[in-house]
Amino acid sequence: MTYMPRIDRRRFVVGAAAAGGGLALGLDIPFGGPNVIRAADGSPEVNAWVVIRPDDTIVIRIARSEMGQGTLTGLAQLVAEELECDWAKVVTEYPTPGQNVARNRVWGSQFTAGSRGVRESNEYVRKAGATARAMLIQAAADQWKVPATECSATKSVITHKPSGRTTSYGKVAEAAAKIEPPKDVALKDPKDWTIAGKPLKRLDTLPKLTGAHVYGLDVKLPGMLCAAIKDSPVFGGKLASFDAGKIQGMKGVKHVVKVGESAVAVVADTWWQANSALDALPITWDEGPNAKVSSASIAEFLKSGLDAEQAFVGNESGNAKQAIANAAKKVEAVYSYPYQHHATMEPMNTTVLYTADRCEAWVPTQVAEAALASVSEASGLPIAKCDVHKLPLGGGFGRRTAHDFVQQAVTIAKQIPGTPVKLVWSREEDMTHGRYHPVTQAKMVGAFDANNNLTALHMRISGQSILSFVNPQNLQNGKDPFVFQGLNPGGAEGAFGYTIPNLLIDHAMRNPHIPPHFWRGVNNNHNAIYLECFMDELAHAAGQDPLEFRRKLMGNHPKHLAVLNAVAEQIGWGKPAPQGVYRGLAQHMGYGSYVAAAAEVSVTGNKVKIHRIVGATNPGHAVNPAQIDRQVAGSFVYGLSALFLGECTVKDGRIEQTNFHDYNVMRIAEMPKVESIIMPSGDFWGGVGEPTIFVAAPAVLNAIFAATGKRLRTFPLKNEGISFA
Amino acid sequence: MARLTVNGQSHNVDVDPNTPLLWVLREQIGLTGTKYGCGIAQCGACTVHMDGVAMRSCSVPVSAAEGKQITTIEGLAAGGTLHKVQKAWLEHDVPQCGYCQSGMIMAVAALLKEKPKPTDADIDANISNICRCGTYQQVRAAIHAAASA
Repeated sequence: MTYMPRIDRRRFVVGAAAAGGGLALGLDIPFGGPNVIRAADGSPEVNAWVVIRPDDTIVIRIARSEMGQGTLTGLAQLVAEELECDWAKVVTEYPTPGQNVARNRVWGSQFTAGSRGVRESNEYVRKAGATARAMLIQAAADQWKVPATECSATKSVITHKPSGRTTSYGKVAEAAAKIEPPKDVALKDPKDWTIAGKPLKRLDTLPKLTGAHVYGLDVKLPGMLCAAIKDSPVFGGKLASFDAGKIQGMKGVKHVVKVGESAVAVVADTWWQANSALDALPITWDEGPNAKVSSASIAEFLKSGLDAEQAFVGNESGNAKQAIANAAKKVEAVYSYPYQHHATMEPMNTTVLYTADRCEAWVPTQVAEAALASVSEASGLPIAKCDVHKLPLGGGFGRRTAHDFVQQAVTIAKQIPGTPVKLVWSREEDMTHGRYHPVTQAKMVGAFDANNNLTALHMRISGQSILSFVNPQNLQNGKDPFVFQGLNPGGAEGAFGYTIPNLLIDHAMRNPHIPPHFWRGVNNNHNAIYLECFMDELAHAAGQDPLEFRRKLMGNHPKHLAVLNAVAEQIGWGKPAPQGVYRGLAQHMGYGSYVAAAAEVSVTGNKVKIHRIVGATNPGHAVNPAQIDRQVAGSFVYGLSALFLGECTVKDGRIEQTNFHDYNVMRIAEMPKVESIIMPSGDFWGGVGEPTIFVAAPAVLNAIFAATGKRLRTFPLKNEGISFA
Repeated sequence: MARLTVNGQSHNVDVDPNTPLLWVLREQIGLTGTKYGCGIAQCGACTVHMDGVAMRSCSVPVSAAEGKQITTIEGLAAGGTLHKVQKAWLEHDVPQCGYCQSGMIMAVAALLKEKPKPTDADIDANISNICRCGTYQQVRAAIHAAASA
């Protein structure tokens, strides 16, 4: 089976190459006026987001990447809602980043991380739908020579109310495409939504059930070769030498190539041949200055930050240090959080066709424009001579916002011009060359007055800054503001939910050589554990119920409190739990949304059974409750896998874990019953792909404490001998 | 040269006899619905049926598959009609990214053949495929639905 690249079908025939679009070529003559931009099948764009075929198929363009989180369906719902089209006839397609650049970024950002897909683009995609609807109605009205105000549209059918005449979108799309778009269109009140806001099924399910869905790993181009790669096992190391002669005669092997300064790849007829030959290739590495680093040395390095003088302040009010010095009672605890690997089910891969004047890549990417920049940089060709074709992602979780593997693939393909090359990482290469959840430690100190009122909190985070590695130019005088996710004094990205008279949250930056990256939930994961478990510690130190203790501090934070109250009520907080079952809860805010969880666990020996977790989220607007429900449950699986099992350790400068046998994750047997409460307040737009992950771990940890009286402050729990029951 | 029967069709493939069945399916026969996830029989993304039994094809040398009836995800729907597991998956909108679901569906289809009405404990004991998106709650519901279909 040959995978035929869909580029030709997707490439716009007219205008795509002309910045700003609208440059008429002869091709549009059979179809209409000079300003119409067409899909390759000749169907007109009503605007950049909406193409309508004569058979009434509605093609909705999706700029963001689908990696399982449901963004593709959600964004299509928002466009379709305003377009008033027949949902049953909606299909989607991705514009390429090259097309986006050529058309002055008409589709806006293609960035798909930070739970931003819907919350950042909802307004302009809805306007695109509404604008297209207005143009379609106008086109019908013009044909009928009636005022557009007498016409309305529903399910892709336009009706002239006084006469009862009807036509369909497919019939008037051609004319609509030539109409000057209205400048300001009113958006529907979400109360009137019939497509958005509904628990519709995903648009992309069927091919995932039959093996027909083509992921990056499945791309096949005519004449394609396959590559397997080994990069320096120590980050920062270099390739010293390899002996290609030893594998030259192996079946299928075509090339052995150096890839940058630190990697070597074998290119063969099939990937299995390439990888088998690579395993047999003698390689020597110059491991460089990081070869002595270990988990223990990293932990010592981070520990030095817990009491360091220099630290960046993220949130401060009053004088926490003084209040702690004057406290009637002081509570102190040190927590730590390990490296995690994304472990997407689909290993990193990219297919590249390089020729002297063009370079195209087929990439499962979360950020198509960044992938394009990587292709351009690695190929040495200008952006205009490169493009990236996005494939469905077999998991992303933040890993596919980095494009190290794209750079590698282009570097290989450039050495074999004219031949398409598919680079696939083995799972072992993937596991040991990740971009890891950062490591941190935290020293938490709380102070009480003589009446057990919390007077001060000092949260000192020591550890790794993602921004220092990923985007150092965005540091603010050395400070990484991302470190304080969920701990900020305010703001949509993650506001602290408690009012404490004397508060200090600061960060001593300690950057080991292991590359950190965005990992579903990012810094919120450890921040929420540190804060919410310590709040539980403080409540117990004060002899108060953990819910009541929090409530007293949350009066100024009604949205944080509302989700907490919701989970408390549903779990039955304050009412007797079943025999042997104990409860814990947590709340946090991030990526624009307010979330809380309450867990019920029982503990037998070192075995923890999670019976139930209730998760509540207020994402402002719920575009597809059924998909949000799945994100809640899925985020809990991801977060609890990390809590119980997930850890990448470092020895001799390299990651020790190589595959799922030593980087284990939750299976169905460990899956708790998840109940989600989706409670959009309607006054903002928040994300849903990540936020609930923050609260799963602290809710379970607090429940384990309730069951055992033992605080667990280092992770994963397997290191404490604790496992899923 | 190995002779394989996949989804009812015969194929002669010229590969090293130790080549894993997974890669022969994907690279020689061109059936890419069966996925590579780990290569060491940990994740189950490569699950296929050999004589009706679920096998992790990344760890089956092609030589051991000769003479067996191999069914992949592409061959599960008989005569263009979705298998009851696929139907239940569609009804419950199970997949998120979908990458693991070929293997998950094949594992569940084999389980239902052996245990037509699996209990939750049967599911826990028999389905160990990894899904990083965390679709397990929908998977369980859809298994029960398929069992009563």
